[in-house]
Amino acid sequence: MTTPFPPPAISIQGIDKHFGRVHALRGIDLEVRAGEFFGLLGPNGAGKSTLISVLAGLARADSGHAAICGHDVVSAYRQARRALGVVPQEIVFDPFFTVREVLAIQAGYFGLKGAENKAWREELLTTLMLADKGDANMRALSGGMKRRVLIAQALVHKPQVVILDEPTAGVDVELRASLWTFVRRLHAEGHTIVLTTHYLEEAEALCDRIAIMMDGQIAALDSKDALLRRAMHRTLSVTTAEPIVDIPAALVSKVRTHTENRLEFSLQRGTDSIPEILEALRAAGYVVTDIATEQANLEEVFLELTHKAK
Amino acid sequence: MIGFQTLFYKELLRFYKVAFQTVMAPVVTALLYLLVFASTFHGHAEIVPGVPYVAFLVPGLMMMSMIQNAFANSSSSLTQSKIAGNLLFILLSPLSPLEFFLAFVGAAVIRALAVAIGIYVAARLFIDIPIRHPVFLMAFGLFGSGALGALGVIAGVWAERFDQLAGFQNFVVMPLSFLSGVFYSLRALPPFWREVSHANPLLYMIDGFRYGFFGTSDVAPLVSLSIVVGFFAAVSLVALALVGRGYRLRN
Repeated sequence: MTTPFPPPAISIQGIDKHFGRVHALRGIDLEVRAGEFFGLLGPNGAGKSTLISVLAGLARADSGHAAICGHDVVSAYRQARRALGVVPQEIVFDPFFTVREVLAIQAGYFGLKGAENKAWREELLTTLMLADKGDANMRALSGGMKRRVLIAQALVHKPQVVILDEPTAGVDVELRASLWTFVRRLHAEGHTIVLTTHYLEEAEALCDRIAIMMDGQIAALDSKDALLRRAMHRTLSVTTAEPIVDIPAALVSKVRTHTENRLEFSLQRGTDSIPEILEALRAAGYVVTDIATEQANLEEVFLELTHKAK
Repeated sequence: MIGFQTLFYKELLRFYKVAFQTVMAPVVTALLYLLVFASTFHGHAEIVPGVPYVAFLVPGLMMMSMIQNAFANSSSSLTQSKIAGNLLFILLSPLSPLEFFLAFVGAAVIRALAVAIGIYVAARLFIDIPIRHPVFLMAFGLFGSGALGALGVIAGVWAERFDQLAGFQNFVVMPLSFLSGVFYSLRALPPFWREVSHANPLLYMIDGFRYGFFGTSDVAPLVSLSIVVGFFAAVSLVALALVGRGYRLRN
């Protein structure tokens, strides 16, 4: 029987993994839909890279199942690996070869050669601004260039699912911006993107859905907007016409900062009301000239979740 | 098939790019052995009737160099890639354990053959060395270097540091290859050491390979060939099992 829906890009069921006494993954269940831009976040040691290793076949799970585009990563590893491109966290390279050789060899491992793949490899070199370095030995490239070669290597077989494991760690601002433009393009062309990053503003800007891992488990899994709504606090800034001398007693506990005629409040979601605060200030004789609210960002949600877990 | 061909080609390219070190250097080393032994044992009694001692040495030196270089090729390539991290690119690909194994062993055999041909061509410039049984010669050359290439895969998979690999090379491969009758005939050994030597599988490679040249051997060539093929099959099975399980590769 055929299904009208494509299989999930990534499907993980009950994955468990130990390294000696360390319980690295504790029964992970996760599904990434085809075409999603998915963020996998978590503090160091949470198990993100181990989970990626299991998906890529670089580590074997103790129990559970994982599949890429419906292909089991163990029993149908050939199809699973053809559907997956992984940009590793560490910069690794083969010092014996030039950039073009590295890409041709990587394509060959996937059974690809010929004019069509060669044209794609050249396109990758151009898009990743490596065209003039194509015949340079890998050893001669800068760190940023080596990282771009890693991205090209991951894409050489046009995988449906691309996993980027902290691709911008230690990368300069300009390269980071061009990298995200490129990854957005891949996503727009229909690739499923899974991103792990320490830069939460990147995940906030790019990802549709986010999983936060903690201690080998999924601590939160939701759309980005729903996750942001989980934040317990938001900020309200109020500016008054006159300097504020006496803060109304009912508001003192909510004040985060106070500078002359400006107050910044930290509001508890669900219990604190902005009209009530404004009313209390008006009743104390202050004329409010400006207000601004700031929603919590992903970093605050992340910190709240991780602190709660501790 | 393209996947296997690519990895095989990449492994060939890896030693070809540094051929001075991987092919030329062992040829020069073998020729130095030949030079030193030839001048030291000039006039030494013939071990094989009708074959000068220096000619007797050539097949043994060829096979010993094949053994050492086949082992060095697969083991150092694997350990180096593991330590540098670039083995990742192969592990992420859809290559099967068999394709992985065959590509590494195939490249090891080609390097071994290149070294052996280099020694033969250089030695032929000043020594006459007949080839009586080319089929035996090829069989012992291929299965012998194949076995050591497979042993190199085992060592490369097992070693997590270069000193572990050097230990395997210096304390296993080197003694076994030196004590395998390269420089002497088994018949020259005291009975006890002759018996001990029979436990060394590399001895049959050298004895059989020498049979290919001179048509005489210490052990019947078919017996030697069976042992060498058996040894090749055994180490290949172990290597394949390790690669298939991802032992120290996928962890």
